[in-house]
Amino acid sequence: MSDKLIKIIRFIGLGFLEPIIRLSRGEEPRKNGILILKIIIAPLASVLLFIGVWQTGSTALFNKEANYRIEKALKDQGQKAADEMKLCIDSGDISCQPNTLPSPSQVNASFKTLLKDHKAISIDKKNFKEKTAALNKQRNAEGKDPIVYTGRPSFVDQIKTSIKTVFAGFLLAILIAVPIGVIIGLSDTLRSSFNWLIQIFKPVSPVVWLLLVFMIVKTLTKDSDTDSSFIISFISVGLCSMWATLVNTAMGVSTVDKDFINVAKVLKLGPLQKVFKVILPSSLPLIFTGLRITLSVAWMVLIAIELLAQSPGLGSFVWEEFQNGANDSNSKIIVAMFVIGIIGFLLDRLMLAIQKFVSFNKNEGI
Amino acid sequence: MMPTKIFKKQEKFAPAEVMLDLHDLKKVYPTPKGDYVVLEHLDLQVKKEEFVTIIGHSGCGKTTMLSMIAGLNPISDGGISVLGTSIKGPGPDRGVIFQSPSLMPWMTALENVKLGVRKVFPHATKKQKEDICKYYLNKVGLDGSFNKKASELSQGMQQRVGIARAFAIKPKVLLLDEPFGMLDSLTRGELQDVLIEIWNKEKITAVMITHDVDEAIFLADRVIMMTSGPSAKIGDILSIDFERPRTRKAVIGHDDYYKYRKYLIDFLEH
Repeated sequence: MSDKLIKIIRFIGLGFLEPIIRLSRGEEPRKNGILILKIIIAPLASVLLFIGVWQTGSTALFNKEANYRIEKALKDQGQKAADEMKLCIDSGDISCQPNTLPSPSQVNASFKTLLKDHKAISIDKKNFKEKTAALNKQRNAEGKDPIVYTGRPSFVDQIKTSIKTVFAGFLLAILIAVPIGVIIGLSDTLRSSFNWLIQIFKPVSPVVWLLLVFMIVKTLTKDSDTDSSFIISFISVGLCSMWATLVNTAMGVSTVDKDFINVAKVLKLGPLQKVFKVILPSSLPLIFTGLRITLSVAWMVLIAIELLAQSPGLGSFVWEEFQNGANDSNSKIIVAMFVIGIIGFLLDRLMLAIQKFVSFNKNEGI
Repeated sequence: MMPTKIFKKQEKFAPAEVMLDLHDLKKVYPTPKGDYVVLEHLDLQVKKEEFVTIIGHSGCGKTTMLSMIAGLNPISDGGISVLGTSIKGPGPDRGVIFQSPSLMPWMTALENVKLGVRKVFPHATKKQKEDICKYYLNKVGLDGSFNKKASELSQGMQQRVGIARAFAIKPKVLLLDEPFGMLDSLTRGELQDVLIEIWNKEKITAVMITHDVDEAIFLADRVIMMTSGPSAKIGDILSIDFERPRTRKAVIGHDDYYKYRKYLIDFLEH
């Protein structure tokens, strides 16, 4: 039973919990104790160290900013204004708080605010839906568009939108990169003739891709009045991130073990059988390595693209908060940073698990 | 002095007797410094239901010759024919057992064998195909491991699957490229027994490369000795006149065994 549990947690990348489970069963207490120290306590200590450095740094920055404000008040308006400013800052009044790197506790508070905000908006949405249900039914019967909620999206909604966009982009990348990668991997001629294209477009920045997609999609959707920002951002994400998969697929397909190819030749397998029974399965591990890179690149560029394309999601959340300049904007940006990081990490774990699953050599995988 | 009666030089067989015919075979690799001739003027005839082993020093061109017979390596000059028909590329009339097992690691043992069977017996029902595969896997002693992934099998087990895969397509000629070279000597002995047992039943003309003098004698009707390259050709042929079916014990205990062995080692150390 527990061995199965250990297998599962290993598989989903939570292997660090293993010694705890083993210790709770009384297995090799000394060895597992040391293991816990090594792979749980030590990383936790590093987290604490990180928060400590952050706290110290943000305090120092806070003081620098506060002193600057007081001195400025002294220089511009005299001693009285300076004293008032000092009092105001010490009292914690929002109106005169120095605007700088927020401390961990501020970020935590913002995180809670964002969650509260999400709850409030959810309730608001639900109420709105209930209120308009009857009306929408009527409008529907009359052939009119229903009334939809147009209020501000909450932070959690932004996260959902971002994840939706990244997976749409990822899917697009798979649909483009894998078939093309297989085809050019099979032929030396095609590979060398398309190499220039790959080499030139691979390093192009997400911003440029966005503009390119913008040019094309804007023209294509000229006559429809749907919001094209989602389409633009997911296509840009797909185009930016597909290169790793393309290159890896082509490489995987073109470097299939010569022994396998010889076997296929000796057994006189047909071309289709050769591709599906021999070449594709043997290049799957490399294809999935490419897909894993693609997903992490997709998530990384998504934020930048949303930020620029003004399409809803975490990127535009960050940008709006930055433009907003409210007192807790900075800490909300840091919250978003952590959320982006953690989701990116989880996506990578997910891909790693799939990669391990499809890899025929179970010892592979990083 | 050796009793000369046990040694036979290359002789011409009647055409009806010949399964595999290599005549005036030549292999040249172009290099920047000019052509490198691996094989030249190589003539060899292998009779139906004959088992020949080929020994020679590393790099003398044995594997090149075998992969030419398999159709994996183009012929520079001369010709290779099976039952009088010149070969064109690889084909299922010549089964190959490679040095490394070369199984598809993502497939089960059964699927690996099926891969070739499906192609060779397109009209057989699914059940028939599966029965063929299972029969040969049984023969090589893998009755319990049909559904094990090839990557989960040991090297020796994998090579057993390789043997089953080669026999299951019922080739006219079986080509073995040092199939047991990567195994430890115990496993090698077991696999030689497996191979010779299944071969005794099927009597498929076999050409096998080996580095192991004892293996060469134990398995073969004739041992072909190749000269060292470049321009390697057949140096000598030793006919092994032990009765079949053979057992290792009877072979090793036979009076002629050490004479054969000495002859081969003398050739190799020459």
